[in-house]
Amino acid sequence: MTKEPLQLSSPPTDAFTQSTQLQLNSQGQLRHFLSINGLSKELLTEILDTADSFVSVGNKTVKNVPLLRGKTVANLFFEHSTRTRTTFELAAKRLSADVLNINISTSATSKGESLKDMLQNLEAMACDMFVIRHADSGAAHFIAQHVCPDIAVINAGDGSHEHPTQAMLDMLTIRHHKKNFEGLKVAIIGDVLHSRVARSEILALNTLGVEEVRIICPNTLLPHDADSLNVKVFRDLDSGLEDVDVITTLRLQKERMNSAFLPSEQEFYKRYGLKRSVLKLAKPDALIMHPGPMNRGVEIESEVADGAQSVILDQVHFGVAVRMAILSMAMSGQTTTKTL
Amino acid sequence: MSKRIHIKQGRVIDPASNTDKITDLFIDHGKIVGIGSLGGTSRPYPDFTADLIIDATGLIVSPGFIDLSCRLREPGQTHKGDIKSETTAAAASGFTRICCPPDTTPPVDTAAIATMINEKAAAAGFCKVSLLGAMTKGLEGKQLSEMHALKEAGCIGVSNAWHSFADNQTLRKCLEYASTFDLIYFSNPLDKSLANNGCAHEGAIATRLGLPSIPALAEVVALSRDILLAEQVGIHIHFCQLSSAKAVKLVADAQRSGLPVTADVSAHQLMFTDECLDNYQSLYHLRPPLRSPEDLDGLKTGIKNNTITAICSDHQPHEPAAKMAPFPATEPGISALETLLPLALNLVSVGQLSLMALIEKLSLAPAKILGVDEGKICLNGSADLCIFNPDKQWTLEADSMLSKGKNSPLLNQTLTGQVQYTLVDGELSFSKNEPGS
Repeated sequence: MTKEPLQLSSPPTDAFTQSTQLQLNSQGQLRHFLSINGLSKELLTEILDTADSFVSVGNKTVKNVPLLRGKTVANLFFEHSTRTRTTFELAAKRLSADVLNINISTSATSKGESLKDMLQNLEAMACDMFVIRHADSGAAHFIAQHVCPDIAVINAGDGSHEHPTQAMLDMLTIRHHKKNFEGLKVAIIGDVLHSRVARSEILALNTLGVEEVRIICPNTLLPHDADSLNVKVFRDLDSGLEDVDVITTLRLQKERMNSAFLPSEQEFYKRYGLKRSVLKLAKPDALIMHPGPMNRGVEIESEVADGAQSVILDQVHFGVAVRMAILSMAMSGQTTTKTL
Repeated sequence: MSKRIHIKQGRVIDPASNTDKITDLFIDHGKIVGIGSLGGTSRPYPDFTADLIIDATGLIVSPGFIDLSCRLREPGQTHKGDIKSETTAAAASGFTRICCPPDTTPPVDTAAIATMINEKAAAAGFCKVSLLGAMTKGLEGKQLSEMHALKEAGCIGVSNAWHSFADNQTLRKCLEYASTFDLIYFSNPLDKSLANNGCAHEGAIATRLGLPSIPALAEVVALSRDILLAEQVGIHIHFCQLSSAKAVKLVADAQRSGLPVTADVSAHQLMFTDECLDNYQSLYHLRPPLRSPEDLDGLKTGIKNNTITAICSDHQPHEPAAKMAPFPATEPGISALETLLPLALNLVSVGQLSLMALIEKLSLAPAKILGVDEGKICLNGSADLCIFNPDKQWTLEADSMLSKGKNSPLLNQTLTGQVQYTLVDGELSFSKNEPGS
């Protein structure tokens, strides 16, 4: 028997294809913002340039621009968050949108309503955009793909997958201080295994063309097949911090301590905590970043967090502008999609 | 009402007798009473008159397929599937016997549940059913179930499905008790703590997608433990749905040292890898998870060198809502009965297996594992047959699927190979077209 092998419309060999198609309209404009994965350097730069133009809005007496007037943005937080939710709210309000904040842990899904039903109800109430944080990786993809294809979906953190707006505000902070990305060495310290911030940052840094991304962590917190992320892996700060331009320390979740991942906070701090004593290994003008909220004395020493090299509050400041940029670009891309 | 049936000019392939020839079959009272054209008389004996003639020209006549893992979902989850719907789908997919794991709700841990399923399946009449009994009460892995009563009620083996055992001592005692009654142990090897509530193969794809992952190690550690315990106890152990290359190697090692260890693999594990998970396609959410291309190669080597003797469907029908959620929150499994033949035939098309070897893995080999005298075409043997067209192209559509579960990643794809007739004990349990009389 000689026959052609079973011809299946098999999944794309290029892993980036599908998620790019989902995020962009046929003009190549952003219509959802789900993942850094597959976005071009040009698009990321456009986001940063747009954000730059919004930075000044926050410094004016009247802080509003009318870009999203008449639009309704729903902040759907299935996981607790203060900073991310607040900056998204502020960003939407400065764009003159109506904002709906829904804290789902106390809402419908705890009554057994499915995620799909709940979102379709909100869609029926004519919301224009969903900002979603969810404990499951792929939640934002799921919603953009299967639930509400006509609504712009912004990923505000999904499981251990990505936190793309956090990565973009970190990129804006780096560009603000370092002017460009070429030649930079960036170190990411801590729980890379569970960190959605780390995944998005690694992708964004590599796309924007830094010289080297390093991750520094014990083997228990190292992602499987870390090499596939295009990073250099270090197990200690001494070698990992040598000559770096930017240092990001990740938040260590309480539940990882005193478990099979780490023996104790003390041992982690001693070996991986960012302290003045190790900081001198990096370049003298190295930036210190943290996505927040910080555990002082666990992943970072107070004096370093509050020191001259720290840009942690800049990150928060730029967070509003970056989210304004992403909200306005996605809304515009989604509107264009509908008229195409 | 048993009929006399004449199957004309089919390509009869029977692995037990190493037969592959175009010939006729004659059936009377559920048995095969004649093979061959019988000197042109077309009668096995003078007074044979066919009530039904099936023209099998251009079709393959093989022993009925036997599935080592097929979930009917009844009792307890009839929104996903029920005995009638799923045995109907099995018959339409060429199966004459299916073996069902005990993880219904409640599980098959009492004779009453086993009897209820057996009676309903017999009343439906589409397919013979072999049940696996739960090894522990409620599949909780703590208290031995009444395995003797389960055997009396027709269970041919015992299993704890995907549920783990409280500790190794409990498992050892379960195996010793099962071996008392010559029950086979069907193992789904998965170490619960290493699986860590994961939903995807531990590798670059799960890392990029941020999905909680199940390392191949979770399978290998459980499988190694089971082999060691089974060796100690002296029980036939059958590993269900292997997924990793390393597991295949360990099974081969055990077989080489003479242990009674057998294994199967699902047809879709032989087709897909974890690359299918890109963009969180929940229809590819399986347990065990789809693994790496290297693991796929290992599984293919295993079926080629007969370490893995049987290919199963691992049919798991679901209602649409079970797959309509973010990937980690979806339920694992594929509604796989109706695509088994095309997926399996693909192994022949790409030169992995001969057609004879494939049919053996779908019929004779699983029959041997279940200890039933089936899976072959011989005089006075029961007329359990599958008649299929290996070249027929068709499109899988949700509306025309007979299973209640439409959860197939192959929906709307063109597939090659289609069952035309299925006969159980000489009765047509499925017919694609009205046969001529």
